[in-house]
Amino acid sequence: MPRPARLPGDDRQCPRCKSHFRAEEIRRNQFVCAACDHHFPIGARERLDNMADGGVWTEIGGELRATDPLRFVDLQPYPDRLRSAEAKGNTEAIVCAELALDGQRCVAAVMDFGFLGGSMGSVVGERFAKAADHAVARGIPLISITSSGGARMQEGVLALMQMAKTIVSLDELHDAGLPFIVVLTHPTTGGVWASFASLGDVTYAEPGALIAFSGPRVIEQTTREKLPEDFGLSERQLVHGHVDAVVDRRQLAARLGRLLAILEQPPREAPQSLATQLAQNGTERAASMARALPQLSRRLRDRVMGEQSQTRRPGDRW
Amino acid sequence: MGPRRGPRFVRRIADRLTHAEVEGGDSWEAIQLARHQDRPYPLDYISRLMPDFEEIHGDRLQGDDAAIVAGIGRYHGRPIAVIGHQKGRDAQDRAFRNFGMPGPEGYRKGMRLMELAAKMEMPLITLIDTPGAFPGANAEENGQGGAIARSMLTMLRLPAPTVAVVIGEGSSGGALALGVADRVVMLENATYSVISPEGAAAILWRDAGKAKLAAAAFKPTAANCYRWGIADAVVPEPEGGAHTDPDEAARLLDGYLSRTLRELGALPIPERRRIRRERFRRIGAHRELPPDSATLMSQGADRTG
Ligand SMILES: [Zn+2]
Repeated sequence: MPRPARLPGDDRQCPRCKSHFRAEEIRRNQFVCAACDHHFPIGARERLDNMADGGVWTEIGGELRATDPLRFVDLQPYPDRLRSAEAKGNTEAIVCAELALDGQRCVAAVMDFGFLGGSMGSVVGERFAKAADHAVARGIPLISITSSGGARMQEGVLALMQMAKTIVSLDELHDAGLPFIVVLTHPTTGGVWASFASLGDVTYAEPGALIAFSGPRVIEQTTREKLPEDFGLSERQLVHGHVDAVVDRRQLAARLGRLLAILEQPPREAPQSLATQLAQNGTERAASMARALPQLSRRLRDRVMGEQSQTRRPGDRW
Repeated sequence: MGPRRGPRFVRRIADRLTHAEVEGGDSWEAIQLARHQDRPYPLDYISRLMPDFEEIHGDRLQGDDAAIVAGIGRYHGRPIAVIGHQKGRDAQDRAFRNFGMPGPEGYRKGMRLMELAAKMEMPLITLIDTPGAFPGANAEENGQGGAIARSMLTMLRLPAPTVAVVIGEGSSGGALALGVADRVVMLENATYSVISPEGAAAILWRDAGKAKLAAAAFKPTAANCYRWGIADAVVPEPEGGAHTDPDEAARLLDGYLSRTLRELGALPIPERRRIRRERFRRIGAHRELPPDSATLMSQGADRTG
């Protein structure tokens, strides 16, 4: 999908219908084109501000920052890439938070394509794990809104392993009996799609999002296949059975809130106090013993008589 | 955000590259050895470690993927499940095995076997050797991403001991799909990386010819992976590499596997699963800011406008 053109100032042009928008206009519409519904990229923090009830959310794992374990250099040293990404206002490619959606408490792990292409490195893995831990501790569902080019190359095999790390978190949610909801946004590819993003209990996708393990360019180069125009896009993924619904960003918070309301467990019956339970158990046991008493005494007598009639030799083992 | 090109920047790049040369100089050599065409593949190890082996075929949905071999064998007197990436040796065989690049049907075949391993509480050994999962339109539409993810989850939940052995090149999620085990070990000349050096060169350097440079930057050798906690052990190969003496390579692997499976078998199931989860939960390299500096961006409500 072509990137939206940046106009002078903060004004933007829609890549699909070419309409012009003032920065403020498009922000008010949650970065969706008012003319053709094209979904522009949106930062994780801005998305949380828009979605959370009252715009209130509390970040989880915000203290985590990347390191440079491989001392990696491609066209630019990794620390320089990190610094220029941070200068754009976020601290990593995922922001996790506890919030309420239409009154439903949940934890959301929201990815940010603007931070190094939403790539998953050690911090993304650890923040995701902390978000899942928090969801388990609080007994509330986990939602993940994904947007990623895949594993963060600059952290090498350590980045690859973050895929497995997210799977561990899903296993913990499974054991805690908590739902995991995924919202796929443009683009969700590579190691993110091949790990937690494709294991949602319910999976939504924003319109026109590219969802793929291998991107179209890699596929065309490797196999010389000519791919259809809509390859890997949400609407096609719906047809192929890989997502449950395509949901407009402006309806997303309400739709998720409704889903969480459906999934909400009825409150458990208030547990009896231990003392009441013991007292009740005690009474019941006494009653059943009294009922069994005549039979019991007969069995006891038989056993004693039987034992007496047996001849026992010294040294016999019991 | 173009790269700054001041003299300091250039010197720093040069410093780093020299560093990478020193530490990653053996990377390209390791990659060549890991890909050596005579290097033993899973079926070569299987025939030496478990003479009675029953291979299963097909995912009961789509077809049979020859890039993955899966089956059951007897190993030191008990049943065991084995899954591996299988490359081909000559041109015809290579095409038949799709160069060891599985599609979703391959991972689903593997999961069929994992289900049996779960039912019978049978140990699982995986033998990893792939340049990555196959990038194709069909593979995508048949659920490549989901198959890899589900394979990891299924493997993570297995009750009996699991050992993943990187026997050649372990590249990308296509390798890790079979890598979520109690113990992850690498043969001496095996490599494990987020992407093949050619793929990285095309993406990061925008020049597929820079594969050597990419290999040096990723440092995917067994020694480095051991240092980072990715590999729990490095299994020695015969002098000159596994291809010089496959019998000896299999014997060395057998020594490690039989000992490790015994060791892991001594643990109760919940304990083994807990330790397995923790093993992967721990992996990563991040730092934590002191609590007060982190409050800077931690609340959404104050930041509206
Ligand atoms: Zn438009």
